[in-house]
Amino acid sequence: MQGWLLVLPAVALLVLFTHWPALETIWASVHSTAVPHHPSRLDPAVNFAAMAQDPVFWQALRNNAVYAACTIPATMALSLAMALAVNRRFPGRALLRLAYFTPTILPMIAVANIWLFFFTPGYGLIDRALSPFGFGDWNWLGSASTALPAMIIIAIWKMAGFYMIFYLAALQSLPRELGEASDLEGASRWTFFRRVVWPLLMPTTLFVFVNAVIDAFRLVDQIVVLTRGGPDNATAILLYYIYQVGFQYWDTNYAAALTVVLLLLLSAVAALQFGLLARRVHYR
Amino acid sequence: MSAGTLAAPAARLRMPTLRLELLGAWMLGLLWVLPLLWACWSAIHPASTVAGFDLTAPVTLHNFAAAWSMAPFGHYMVNTVLLVSMVLAAQFALCTPAAFAFARLRFPGRDILFAAVLLQLMITPDVLMVENYRTIGEIGLVDSLLGIALPYLGSAFGIFLLRQTFRTVPQDLDDAARLAGLGLLGRLWRVYVPLARPTYIAYGLVLVSFHWNNFLWPLVITNSINVRPITVGLAMFSTTDQGTNWAIITAATLLSTAPLVIAFLLFQRQFVQSFMRTARS
Repeated sequence: MQGWLLVLPAVALLVLFTHWPALETIWASVHSTAVPHHPSRLDPAVNFAAMAQDPVFWQALRNNAVYAACTIPATMALSLAMALAVNRRFPGRALLRLAYFTPTILPMIAVANIWLFFFTPGYGLIDRALSPFGFGDWNWLGSASTALPAMIIIAIWKMAGFYMIFYLAALQSLPRELGEASDLEGASRWTFFRRVVWPLLMPTTLFVFVNAVIDAFRLVDQIVVLTRGGPDNATAILLYYIYQVGFQYWDTNYAAALTVVLLLLLSAVAALQFGLLARRVHYR
Repeated sequence: MSAGTLAAPAARLRMPTLRLELLGAWMLGLLWVLPLLWACWSAIHPASTVAGFDLTAPVTLHNFAAAWSMAPFGHYMVNTVLLVSMVLAAQFALCTPAAFAFARLRFPGRDILFAAVLLQLMITPDVLMVENYRTIGEIGLVDSLLGIALPYLGSAFGIFLLRQTFRTVPQDLDDAARLAGLGLLGRLWRVYVPLARPTYIAYGLVLVSFHWNNFLWPLVITNSINVRPITVGLAMFSTTDQGTNWAIITAATLLSTAPLVIAFLLFQRQFVQSFMRTARS
């Protein structure tokens, strides 16, 4: 009884703003959006049929797949490399760690503003760097082929230092004797990493992976301010499209149907995580 | 060949690769701070010289003054501070008893309830912004600080983190406090909370930086400068109020992140360590 009383306030808020709206979203997704003279009515197919026909939805899904497929491995590889680099002792280590970590504490909006200058056609830093090679004057954010890669680069730059911390924490909790033992056996550093360190880092890798997947569906701030999903929906990922449909077109029940898709994707990640955790990812 | 040189080939092989790795690490670090250095450079130089990278260009604070006078950044900043304080106080107050109950009490439905709580780690309030907007609208809190904060006042992350810490508190201490006549809340307050201090610091830092930087939900739920936090204000400033005056935009960007960045630089060591402590648990 006491237990219930103690958890009640926090759980009530969580239910009110997570579980209840999730159910409401499903309920809303099987209703048409009310428009003048046509009140909302129950029709399980209307939104999902529209979705199947909606080229922007499919593009948003494709964009999101590309966004995830690029940001997740790149962020994970870089964060591990950073953690390995600053796990050693050398002069200036704290400074280097600071350099890697600082983008993490900046708001994504500030990051977007800073990168805007790099991508500006003709005048921006990237074009200036490329102009001696005969390139330049390229509208990075305004071209369908480069706008999404630009968003991906920004996301990687922002997040790698954050995940580095998790790897660094894991590396520092590894027993020191492991390294000494392998030194005695004359194992090369690569073998040592591959056979000893990497398997021990597996729980961290799984944790970072799950969070990177969630981020790949949630990091839209830079898209909102830099490209607004454009040009031609080239940078519209799923959550951005939900924002657009829900708060610019005010087609709330269609936005709910889109949210159902996002919820299904995130639930799949959750299931994957719990499934893998249950098997304890430890190759020992 | 003497025994002393036996180890030499391995060492000779190793040194250059180590140096190369270190060089790579520094190059990456340079790449990582380059955008920030550029932002600082352009914020303290007149707009006309930003594109030129003229090292002799005059240094000025004019851009900061201009940005400050062009938008109510002071007001935005106060809003953010109020918002973050509200979320911090509420989460500490709500998650502490919940985490304690999940860690140390037995009650029917506990495990199912805890699993339901963990779901929020994946499905955060911003994913459900369309329905949450409707809910906040029904309560009549659209465009208010409480409306921004409300969906984030309960936190699965906080409950989980504190529960893990509370579980490491020795049961003997709890029993001793019970024998000394302390009730449930007394033990929580006198035994568990003090022992969890490092976790509270780590949790607080993560929370402050998350909510200082949060953007999409505040963007959706606010529509006046009276309640807009700094992130939304900055986005409005750089996309609509301004053309492409880089110098002023970057000055505004630095201004609005300054409190957090300065705090971070001052407490860098604690900050990183507390992040790592969170990461480890």
